[in-house]
Amino acid sequence: MVTKRKAKAPECGLLIDYEYCTGCYACQVACAQEHHWPAGMGGIRVQEVVQALPNDRAYLAFIPFPTELCVLCAARTRKGLQPACVQHCMAACMKYGKIEDLVKEMTKPRMVLWAPRA
Amino acid sequence: MIVRTTAWSAGPGCHGGCGVLAHIEDGKLVKIEGDPDHPINRGRLCARCLAMTQYVDHPERLRSPRKRVGERGENKWVDISWEEAYDLIEEKMGNIREEYGPESMVFSMGTGRDVGAWICLLAYNYGSPNVMFALSGIGCYSPRIAASETVLGDYCVFDGGQWLPKGHDDPRYEVPETIVIWGYNINASCPDNIFGHWVTDLMKKGSKVICIDPRLSFFASRADKWLQLRPGTDGALAMGFLNVLINEGLYDRAFVEKWTNAPHLIRSDTGTLLRASDLIAGGSPDDFVVWDTVSGAPVIWDSANQEFRSPGVAPALEIPADQCAVHLADESSVPVKTVWSTFCAEVAKYPVDRVAKITWLKPEDIIEAARLYANSKPATIQWGVAIDMTPAITPTSMAIAALWCITGNLDTPGGQVIARPAFGAVAYALPGQRGPIKLPDMESDKTRIARDRYGVLSEFIWRAQTDVTLEQIFTGKPYPVKGMWIQACNLIGGIGYDPKRWVKALKKLDFVCVVDTFMTPTAELADIVLPAATFLEKDGIRSWWTPLESIVKAMEVDGCRPDNEINFELAKRFNPDIKWANLHELLDEIVSPSGMTFDELAERGWELPPDGDPSAPYLRHERGLLRPDGKPGFKTPSGKMELYSVLRERWGFEPLPHHEEPPFSPVSSPELYEQYPLILSTGRRSPVYFNSEHRNIPWLREVDPDPVVELHPETGASLGIGDGEWVWIENMFGKCRLKAKLTPIVPRWMASATHGWWYPEHEGAEPSLRGVWDSSTNQLLPMGYQGKDGLGTHAKCTLCKVYRAHTAPPGAYALPGGGVIGGATSTAATGAGPAPGHAARRGGVSTGSGKEA
Repeated sequence: MVTKRKAKAPECGLLIDYEYCTGCYACQVACAQEHHWPAGMGGIRVQEVVQALPNDRAYLAFIPFPTELCVLCAARTRKGLQPACVQHCMAACMKYGKIEDLVKEMTKPRMVLWAPRA
Repeated sequence: MIVRTTAWSAGPGCHGGCGVLAHIEDGKLVKIEGDPDHPINRGRLCARCLAMTQYVDHPERLRSPRKRVGERGENKWVDISWEEAYDLIEEKMGNIREEYGPESMVFSMGTGRDVGAWICLLAYNYGSPNVMFALSGIGCYSPRIAASETVLGDYCVFDGGQWLPKGHDDPRYEVPETIVIWGYNINASCPDNIFGHWVTDLMKKGSKVICIDPRLSFFASRADKWLQLRPGTDGALAMGFLNVLINEGLYDRAFVEKWTNAPHLIRSDTGTLLRASDLIAGGSPDDFVVWDTVSGAPVIWDSANQEFRSPGVAPALEIPADQCAVHLADESSVPVKTVWSTFCAEVAKYPVDRVAKITWLKPEDIIEAARLYANSKPATIQWGVAIDMTPAITPTSMAIAALWCITGNLDTPGGQVIARPAFGAVAYALPGQRGPIKLPDMESDKTRIARDRYGVLSEFIWRAQTDVTLEQIFTGKPYPVKGMWIQACNLIGGIGYDPKRWVKALKKLDFVCVVDTFMTPTAELADIVLPAATFLEKDGIRSWWTPLESIVKAMEVDGCRPDNEINFELAKRFNPDIKWANLHELLDEIVSPSGMTFDELAERGWELPPDGDPSAPYLRHERGLLRPDGKPGFKTPSGKMELYSVLRERWGFEPLPHHEEPPFSPVSSPELYEQYPLILSTGRRSPVYFNSEHRNIPWLREVDPDPVVELHPETGASLGIGDGEWVWIENMFGKCRLKAKLTPIVPRWMASATHGWWYPEHEGAEPSLRGVWDSSTNQLLPMGYQGKDGLGTHAKCTLCKVYRAHTAPPGAYALPGGGVIGGATSTAATGAGPAPGHAARRGGVSTGSGKEA
C-alpha cells in the first residue's frame, strides 16, 4: 500500500529578480568555492533563456537555479552571513530569507522565489 | 588570516580594482571573497576572482624559471634558478644593447595589466622607448583616451558615483536619467576600469538605457532604445545624433559659446584656423581669433592667458555673410567662418536618412534615441572597445565627445565625468599621463617606432606602433629589432592579429623572454620563461582613475615572483644608477601625490581624492582645476573643448569628426562581400574569461567550454548548420574552427565569434602550439590596417563565410567525470583529450580545508 510521505514545509528560500540577472556566473563559482565542488557540480546553476518575440525581437534572460546540492549555505547563515551566491551576486539580484518575508518582497514582475530545501 | 587587498591583472586578468578578502591558512589561499566595505564592488565579486583558489595552486602553474634547450617551439625546457635566469637575461639583452642599441629591444604587454608600469620601468632603465601594446592599431582604450585628450585635454567616463565616498547615496550625486551603453557588454568583463554592474545598480534606480550594439546583450534586452547597428559604423551614427541635436536645437548653446572653440574663426582660403599671427604682425600662432558682435570686428583669443585681448567681447557663433572677411597682417583680406559653422556643415553631411543607410538602422530609431539622450538630464555615455575597433577611431571618438559636451553633460553629477588618476598618482602612464617612471631623457624617445609618423604618438601615447613594429622586425628599417620582452601578454594566442606572421617574427629575433603565470602559445616560442606571481602574491598600486588603491602581498607561491620585483631587479642591473634603492621606494614615490607613503596607503587600503583635488569631480573646467595655470578651461591648445581640433590640424589629419568605412565591409569591398557574405565581429566577451586567459580553470571552463560563433537560426538553417555543430569561419586571410550556437540574439547578417581561444590542455610543441591554430579568430585579421593616425583596428567589422567543419578540433574539452563537451566525434575526442586523471586533478579542490573532493 502506498503511504504518502509528508514533506516538511521549507522555511527559507532565495528570491531572484531575474530582470537584473546579467548571467555573470558569480553565484555558480561562489558556490563551488564555498562548498569545494569540483567542476560539473554545484548548488546553483545559471540558465540562459532566449525567447524569440513577435516582430523579430527577442528577450535574453538568465536565471540562477538552485540544484539538488543547494544547502542554502546553512553554515554561513547560522553565522549571520549571506549565502555565498547571494553575497557575490554582481547584479545584487538575489535575496535570501524566510519565505514568508520574501513573498512580501515580490512587488515587481520578473521574479522567482525558490525553495530548494526544507 | 584574512588579508584585505585589491584585485588587478594576474589572476582575474581584468583591469581590476575590486576589493577582496583573501582567506589564508598555512600560507595557502583557501577562499576569496568580495570586501563588503570596498567602494567599487561593495562585497560582490566576479567568477574569475572567485576561482582564484584554482588559479594560484593550479598544477600547471609555472613555478620555476626555465630555459629553452631545443629549438624555439619544440617545448623542450630545463628549469633554472632565478639567479641564472637573471644572468642570462642580462647577458643576452646586454649584448643587443651593445651591438644594436637599446631601441632594438621591444617590450610587449597585454591589455590593462598592472604590468604597464613595471614593463616601462624595465624598458626605460634598459634605455629602450619601445614599449608596445601588442594589438593592431593599439586598438584598445588608448585610442579613445587619446582622442578625448586631443579635443578635451582629459578623458571622461560615465559617472557611477565612483568618486564619492557614499557612491550613489552621496548628496552630490544624481542618478543619470539615461545611460548610453555604446559597443560595450560591460557586465561581462568590467573593462576600462569600470565596474560593469554599476550600470545595473543605476537601472534599478530608474536610469533608462540606450544600447548601441549589433548583438542583443543584457542591456539591449532591457533598453528603452536598442540600436542594432552595422559594426564599424559608429562614427556615422554619432554624426547622425549630432545632426538631430543641432537641427532640433537640443544642445546647450551657452556651453557651446563659452567652453568650446565654436566661435574661433577658420580661413575660407586654406580651411585652417585663423591665428593671431595671420591677423597682426608679431601675433602668436597659438592665439586664435573670434568675431566680436559688439564691435563688429575680429578679436584675438589669448590662449596662454585664457582671455580676449579686449574687454566686453561677445563672440559670434555664426557670422552674417556680409561681415565675413577679415584683413590680415599682410594687407590681404580673407573670408572666414566660425568653427561652429564649419562643424555644423560637416554634421549636415549626415542627415538621418543617409545615416540609416550606412548603419542599417531605421531613421526613426536614430531620431528617437538622439532625442531621448538629449532631453535626459543628466545623461551619460559609456563606450567600449568596439569604438577602438573601427579604423576611424579618432574621428568617431571626437563625434561622441562632442555629444556629451554640447548636451551640457560634461563633468556634471550623473553625467560624463573627467577621469584622472586619483590624486594624480600615476602608476600606469595612460595616454596623456607621465608618472615617475621615465626614460632617462627625451632624446631616447626619438627612436620610438612610428613616433614621428603619427602625431598622436609623439604627443599622448607613449607606445611603439604595433603594426609598424611587426614590419620593422622583417625589414630591419630604420633599425633592426633584435629582441622582445613579452610580459602578461599572449601575443600568439590572444592579442596578435595574423599570429602566424608573429610566430615568424619571434623566430627572427635573437632573444625572446616571456613572463607569465602559465605556458601559453607565446611562451612556447621563448628562450627564457619566468613564472610571475598573481595579485595575491605581490605589493603594488592601482591608481586607475579612482580610488587610489594598494595591492598587498597575502601569500607566496614557491618559485614565482611578482612582475614588479622581477623588473626592478633587472632594471637595476641595466641601470646601476637607478633612482630608487628598492621597489618600495618607487611605490612611495608613485603614491606621494596623495601625501601618503605606500605603507600608509596599504594600512587604509584605498583613498578617494577630496573635493577640490583636480582628480575629484565636478565642473572642474569652471573651477580652474584642469589647467596647470589654474585658470578655468581645458588642457587643450586653445583652452577650449575643441569641436575643431587644433592638434589634428597640426598633425595633418581631419580636424573634424566624421565617418569612414572600415577596410572590409559591404560598402568598401563589395566584391569580397559577395564571396564572404557575413559580417564577422570577433571578441564578444565571456563573463568567465579575460581575453585569452582562464581556459585552464575548471570552474570557469565548465561555464564556457568551447569557442563559440553565434549565428542567427535562419542563417544557420540556410547554411545547413545545426546548433552545436563545429564550423569553419573563413575569409581572405585565414580560417578557424568554432562551435556554432544558433541564437536570435545576433542579426542574420552577422557571425559573432569569441576570441582568444587556445587549448591549454593540448600539446605545447609546434605545430600544435597548444591548439592555437584550431580556433584563433585572429587568423582572419590582418595586421597593417590601422587607421590613418596609427590607431584603431577592424576586429569587430570584417567579413567571413561559415560552413560545416564535420569534425571537432582534436581533443575537445573533457569534463571531470568523463563527460565530454563539444565533441561532434565524441569517442575520438575523449581519446585525444586530456587524460581522465588530468581532468579530475584539475577539477579537484586545489587548496584548503574542509570537504575533500
